[in-house]
Amino acid sequence: MRITSLIAVAAAAALALLGWHLLFAQGTDIAADVERAIKASWARATPEWQARLVQDETQKACSHYRNVPPKAIADAILAREKATIKYPPDSKLMGDWKKGEKLAQSGYGGRFTDYPPRAENGGNCYACHQLDKTELSFGTLAPSLLEYGKNRRYKDAEIKTVYERIYNPHAAIACASMPRMGSSGFLTIEQIADLVAYVMSPESPVNK
Amino acid sequence: MRGALSILAIAAVLVCAATFVAAQDDTERAVERYRQMLKEDPWSNPGLLDADRGETLWKTKRGPKNASLDQCDLGKGPGRVDGAFAELPRYFSDAGRVMDLEARLVWCMEKLQGRDRAEIVERPYSKANQAGSELEALATYVAHKSNGLKFAPRLEHAKEREALAVGEALFFRRQGPMDFSCSTCHAESGRRIRLQGLPFLGKPEEARKVVGEWPAYRISQGTVMTMQHRITDCFWQMRLPLIDYGSDVAIALTMYLVNQAKGGEITAPQIKR
Repeated sequence: MRITSLIAVAAAAALALLGWHLLFAQGTDIAADVERAIKASWARATPEWQARLVQDETQKACSHYRNVPPKAIADAILAREKATIKYPPDSKLMGDWKKGEKLAQSGYGGRFTDYPPRAENGGNCYACHQLDKTELSFGTLAPSLLEYGKNRRYKDAEIKTVYERIYNPHAAIACASMPRMGSSGFLTIEQIADLVAYVMSPESPVNK
Repeated sequence: MRGALSILAIAAVLVCAATFVAAQDDTERAVERYRQMLKEDPWSNPGLLDADRGETLWKTKRGPKNASLDQCDLGKGPGRVDGAFAELPRYFSDAGRVMDLEARLVWCMEKLQGRDRAEIVERPYSKANQAGSELEALATYVAHKSNGLKFAPRLEHAKEREALAVGEALFFRRQGPMDFSCSTCHAESGRRIRLQGLPFLGKPEEARKVVGEWPAYRISQGTVMTMQHRITDCFWQMRLPLIDYGSDVAIALTMYLVNQAKGGEITAPQIKR
């Protein structure tokens, strides 16, 4: 009796292991095929450019879970990304909304036709967000930010939230769609502060 | 008086705003009208000039071997062009890999005509208001020869199924300084970048409407654009490096798109904004 149940347990364990192996092996095979295809497809790019195709931990996890990570993974992403946020040395989170407006309009920077740089990188906010109500050419991939600051009564806590959201949205929403403009170094701290002013300043057309 | 003036000013702003929105709608409507006219008179499609030129190029003897592409095997046997595009990408045992139309054209030019690959792929994409490149014209010709057929990817060979799985994984892969994947922009219905509408390519109903339009004649560019060019432009916008012509990533993504569009009609060369 004891021997038969031992055998049954061992058999069940072996089957489970086999199943796991089949499942896992298939998953890793595709991942290896993807990496091989990428290497071959950008073989002529410079090493500096090829580095853009290498995923960091957050990109890997968000791709794997298709932007819906389980809680433990999501918590790890939130903590890791929050730790990358840097604040202005003078602690002023709001800069010049007029500069912010230009940045919100500009999609310049980072594309292979943008080198050597002919302008500063833009935030390209209008590609996805609505902001100033008189700007009708806005995207709808992300929520409208019409009167965003006004609707939040220009509170300090909200200003900080906007700064952090632009700097690194994964610090609040694991696997957010929006780029990590600050953490990736695409925008500077000053540029982000200008964008915060564009969204949060009472003088900004976004809040008119 | 001042009140009347400000009312006038407000009205003017509103009219301007309405005109702008209407102008955008008008563009969409004009493209739709253009398409309707082409349905009634298919021979007025400017993309067909490239298809015609492609046919001539297909039949012209060129390269060190002084051969035409008449014996090029697009999957349905040497020289069979009709319906070949509907089953691409597919596995080719002579090349030992899955190829889409464009990669196969390069292969045939190399093997049959003895031409140098680097020279063939040096300028695969035409600039605005130029005639289509040799590859664009050939691709338009071959795709047009499947016009009216439905996409029927084979997925019989293990390598074809592997290309599909790789394509799907690539569609969701986030990378680069912006963390973008294809799905960042193409995973919901009715979204736009600025005013440009985006197809939800993960949804077969939407994929069926758009994938079969390529190679397409772009009115704003005055030239035809192939699927590889379309994908290259997406990667450019995603801040990724320039992808090699005929590479595995573009082929795998095309396999994913064609499989999403399975059963969708091929209307190439369609008219695009």
